[in-house]
Amino acid sequence: MQKTLAELGPSEHGQIHAIHGTDGIARRLAELGFTPGQTVEVIRLAPLGDPMQVRIRGYQLALRRQEAGRVLLASSGSSA
Amino acid sequence: MVPLPSPVTETVGPSLDTGRRYRVAVVGNPNTGKTTLFNALTGLSQHTGNYPGVTVESALGEFREDHDRFLVVDLPGTYSLAARTPDEMIAVSVLLGRGTGGAQPDVIVCVVDATNLDRNLYLTTQVIDIGRPLVIALTMIDLADKQGLCLHIPKLERRLGVPIVAVHAAKRRGLVTLRRAIRTAAAVPSGPSRPVRLPALVERELKALATTLSPQHVPPVFLERALLDAGGLIEGELDSPALTAIEAARTRLAAAGLRVPQLEVERRYEWIAQTVAAGCEPPAAPSSPQPSWSDRLDALVLHKVWGAVIFLLTMAVTFQAIFSWAVPAIDAIDGLFADIGSRVGGVLPEGPVQSLMVDGLIGGVGAVVVFVPQIAILFGLLALLEDSGYMARAAFLMDRLLAGFGLSGRSFIPLLSSFACAVPGIMSARTIENQRDRIATILIAPLMSCSARLPVYVLLISAFIPAQTVWGVVGLQGLTLFAMYLVGLLVAPPIALALKRTILAGEPVPFLLELPAFKVPAWRVVVFRMYDRSLAFLKRAGTIILAATILVWALSYYPYSEQISQEFAARRAAAPATERAGLAVEEAGERLRQSYLGRAGRAIEPLVEPLGWDWKIGMATLASFPAREVIIAALGTIYNLGDEQDEASLELREAMRAERRADGRPVYTPLVALSIMVFFALCCQCGATLATIKRETNSWGYPVFTFVYMTSLAYLAALGVYQLGSRLTG
Repeated sequence: MQKTLAELGPSEHGQIHAIHGTDGIARRLAELGFTPGQTVEVIRLAPLGDPMQVRIRGYQLALRRQEAGRVLLASSGSSA
Repeated sequence: MVPLPSPVTETVGPSLDTGRRYRVAVVGNPNTGKTTLFNALTGLSQHTGNYPGVTVESALGEFREDHDRFLVVDLPGTYSLAARTPDEMIAVSVLLGRGTGGAQPDVIVCVVDATNLDRNLYLTTQVIDIGRPLVIALTMIDLADKQGLCLHIPKLERRLGVPIVAVHAAKRRGLVTLRRAIRTAAAVPSGPSRPVRLPALVERELKALATTLSPQHVPPVFLERALLDAGGLIEGELDSPALTAIEAARTRLAAAGLRVPQLEVERRYEWIAQTVAAGCEPPAAPSSPQPSWSDRLDALVLHKVWGAVIFLLTMAVTFQAIFSWAVPAIDAIDGLFADIGSRVGGVLPEGPVQSLMVDGLIGGVGAVVVFVPQIAILFGLLALLEDSGYMARAAFLMDRLLAGFGLSGRSFIPLLSSFACAVPGIMSARTIENQRDRIATILIAPLMSCSARLPVYVLLISAFIPAQTVWGVVGLQGLTLFAMYLVGLLVAPPIALALKRTILAGEPVPFLLELPAFKVPAWRVVVFRMYDRSLAFLKRAGTIILAATILVWALSYYPYSEQISQEFAARRAAAPATERAGLAVEEAGERLRQSYLGRAGRAIEPLVEPLGWDWKIGMATLASFPAREVIIAALGTIYNLGDEQDEASLELREAMRAERRADGRPVYTPLVALSIMVFFALCCQCGATLATIKRETNSWGYPVFTFVYMTSLAYLAALGVYQLGSRLTG
């Protein structure tokens, strides 16, 4: 199984490998800057566990784990 | 709505000094300060109306530069021209000039957030491709400076081929330059050449498509967007032969390794990366070890414990503000209109004209204006929360809770506000970007127990619920009141869920919420929002409320019985002066009972009998459909106490307790009181709410639906309470 953004914990970051799917959600994620090679960092989770606050391309975005699961990460790039 | 002759017909003409009229569209990502800029550009000239070719209301405004007039439309914020929501589709339709009579804008102003060039330039490159003259308004320059970003504006201008004007709308900086740049751009016949080239294969397919579909007159930009946006809303505007041709072209491209949407997105971001590298120097230390004050504030307001405390405090203040800070103003307005009514009533001779003026017209205008304090206060606070950046954090904190009901964190504030009053609550649902979530929120908002229900509960609880304690500590009266607040709260989530699965079903829209950096809110933005929202309410919902009030006045006044007049005139003549006031009250009661409304009350008696009600309760309930709190005055009139009763009136409580059925049993029992309260908790007895739903959804369907579902629900619940209760206690 490939690691996804949803599996990262607070303060962890990873490098985007691809976005899963070709539907509207995949398209919107790509348009917001989730493109291959970009680094994405999880800042924190909401107190109730979902959604997560991430930093991408220098700005901050909240997304639910369900959508974060679409963001596939390169296996080597992840670190604590 | 707005007379808008096509610019072509108006600009043709020899006379230069009459000036031309140009159309300007303002487009940009959400949270870029787009609307603040629009407000600053157009000032108080703005109004909501229908932009040509677009059926949904958008904000329109105007400014003059020399002799020319510029009609400006503020398009909904969007991240891309690949529209996935109806709001985004509005932006696309206007920019592409679709729809009846809609020519493309003469100038497009693209608002770009300087702190977030990558993502903002994505939309910009798409907008450039449309081929209209363009001006970039660069916002948040001061924040970019603080972050240590160094922008080379001339370099960016050269690369994009578009003039860039730095603006700070809240401080009125850069506006003169921007207006001048818009005027200059308007004189140019067409836009800059496209900076991002699509792969040659895609361009060949587009040319072939244009030839194949030439009889259908699909403009090339439109075709391009349709090709690149598989499954987007834009496809809905094409017929099936066109879609088949486009689908075939996509298949050929995919076979060559060019898949949508990646081919567009990756091309654009590659180009953007080069542009930003050339035109923007990153901060000296790339990943600054010192977190910004906004990041530190985030750590506090999103903290597991402190975040919750701050959130609850903020919500408590917001709620308290609409619930009680507005009270003095509301009382003053009530008093003022009562005063005007009695003065006018004193001048006019008794009869239908006096009654229409006092109870219909003046009372009706008062019923509209009375909402303004709550609307102004709520929107002032919301503007503060939104402009500071806290609103997005509140949605982030609450999202998990609402996600279970098919909603998102964005729905929290509208629903909370509805506990004070559904009218501002429904209006504040505009902050919900996803249209289906927004409608679902609007439809369940009136279930929240608003402040107008409170007097009804107070009257019935204090009169019929015994003041005893249960389990030794909790007062039964307080517990009943709490239960009434819970009723709506418990019913709303399953209804939201049912709506999202039925009439509001559709492709799931992801919850992607930008968390902009915190900033000090601009007072201009706050004051303007208070003014703008109050005015919008008065103009649009106000007229419907006024009409409803006059209708109910007519139903309770006519048919005007001469017989009653003569009878009471005779009794007054015979009675001593001290009893005349009492007779007037009795006459009013008799008139109401004989009116169309009174007759309707009797007609529906078989319907309300199973709820444990008599016809008088049924009639008072009918009278309170335009505004639920009216039931107290209506009961006062029915029981011959006059219409100036309030929920604390001992006289009214006594009259209700003394009321007997034909067989001598009391009309009101604790169970009947409960049945009435549950009905009032769930029923949509508020003309203002329905008028606001009509205005906000631009459709009669949603207010009608809300009325029908809530009234049915209220009836069934009251029926259940009474029938079940009588069996249990029976």
